[in-house]
Amino acid sequence: MGGAIFALDALAGALFLLAALGVVATRQVLASLQLFIVQSLLLAASALLLGGADRSPHLLAVAAITVLTKALLIPWLLRRMVPSEVYRMREVERVLNIPSALLASAVLIVVAYAVADPLAAAAPAPFIRINLPLGIAAMFLGGLTIAVRREAVPQLLGLLGIENGVFFAAVAITPNLPLIAELAAAADVPVIALVVGMLTRAIHARLGTTAVGELSVLREE
Amino acid sequence: MRVERKGKMLARILYNLLQAAVVVGFAPLVEGVAARLKEIVQSKRGPSIFQPYRDLRKLLHKDEIVSEYSSWIFRAAPYVAFAAPIFVALLIPVLTRYPLFFAFMGDMLGGGFVLALGGFFTTLAAVDTANPYGPMGASRTRMVGFLAEPVFIVVFLTVSFVAGSTIPYIVQTRWVSPPSNFFEPSHVLLMIAFFMLILAEDGRLPVDSPAGTFELAMIDRSKSLEFSGRGAALMKWAGAMKFFVLVTIFLNVLVTPWGLAQGMGAGEVLLAIPLVLFKMLLFVLVLVVIESSLAKLRLFRITEFLGAAFVISVVAMITRLSAI
Repeated sequence: MGGAIFALDALAGALFLLAALGVVATRQVLASLQLFIVQSLLLAASALLLGGADRSPHLLAVAAITVLTKALLIPWLLRRMVPSEVYRMREVERVLNIPSALLASAVLIVVAYAVADPLAAAAPAPFIRINLPLGIAAMFLGGLTIAVRREAVPQLLGLLGIENGVFFAAVAITPNLPLIAELAAAADVPVIALVVGMLTRAIHARLGTTAVGELSVLREE
Repeated sequence: MRVERKGKMLARILYNLLQAAVVVGFAPLVEGVAARLKEIVQSKRGPSIFQPYRDLRKLLHKDEIVSEYSSWIFRAAPYVAFAAPIFVALLIPVLTRYPLFFAFMGDMLGGGFVLALGGFFTTLAAVDTANPYGPMGASRTRMVGFLAEPVFIVVFLTVSFVAGSTIPYIVQTRWVSPPSNFFEPSHVLLMIAFFMLILAEDGRLPVDSPAGTFELAMIDRSKSLEFSGRGAALMKWAGAMKFFVLVTIFLNVLVTPWGLAQGMGAGEVLLAIPLVLFKMLLFVLVLVVIESSLAKLRLFRITEFLGAAFVISVVAMITRLSAI
């Protein structure tokens, strides 16, 4: 029983990382949003599995909150706030081309495992060995997404990916996270999405584009 | 006692040859089924599943025309390409779970080299004729090939590391005992990476369109444009066998080593043939759905596709190495 849950959690973790890779690499904005939903659902699955293994109601709450906010609320907010033509676009220009970005993410994943290895070796719980390195890797990949992509929505998805990574590591480290912390996070994250969504809407209305990567130069008019 | 061992040895040799015969005999059938299924998915009727056999027979009865500017390589290439998958079929588990007579003649890397030899001769033959499309397709195949190579190596390395052996017969038992090993993340990721590799190596969508007739867009198929008669038949057959062998490695070694013969009985081994073909039918079904729903990638986006496969295989390796 324990072995099966362990294996399933590892599988969810591997697919979680794969979804994070997809957010780095896909061209279509809509596809990255869908991959983010998949990633969030896998995070919820891992929390559910760990909650079942540890008999911890807190983790079940984490799973429920994740599904509610990240898989339902945030995508709904982003779809509503950001003009729909943004989702029909392909992101043509990126800072790094896709193969280089993928290679960079491979390096980041190796670094994540190297960083997490001594920490995980010291930890008593078996699930930390899976969740900690994968969570750190997802954090790195979220950062890479922000660095590499130029569109506003994928950059926001990178930020939320970092958040997902933190949670993925956290559910294994602290099975009894106080509920208030989860609720605070659950309230914070949609607010971020809301603010970025509104900002994107305003930028799109004024400039006709949402390639925020080009907004690096200030100019008075 | 001696006689019994000799009998067993003889059976092992016979089964091994049977294995190669299965590959030779059923490879066109798999291709025919794939073509038919694809037409059905696209709500057309499609040719009979035995159409590849008829094509082969027709081509074998036709005269062969060889350009007088070509060298011996062009003449030898179909035979080398035809022989390579047969040799690989001797090394891999097609029907049985236990190693057969030739199993220890070469490992997975050896099999890869033998397949690469066939590909090498096909490429040379494509360059050998003065046909302008041949060298173009050949150079594109090389491009896909060298992008696919690192993925192959990482996948084989990880698999061999997990099983502690590079012999495919030993590798396959590792994933099913105990069954929870099947869901190991490294295993799932390896399956995804290898599946993408098969798509690229066999010239399937989204890398190359197997049904395309536009020479400028061809990658894999334009290499055999110049062959006619018996040469064309052998090349076609060789392509089908290469696909059969790759799918067999994928299914019997990496994904589902179920349904293979456990014992030495002849009935059991013969029963394995329909079971393996059934597994292959399921695989072809997945392949057909993918082929019908994806568009062909632009040539320079193939690097992205295989780059993704490479990263997935590296992640598989890392998750495996750190799990110990």
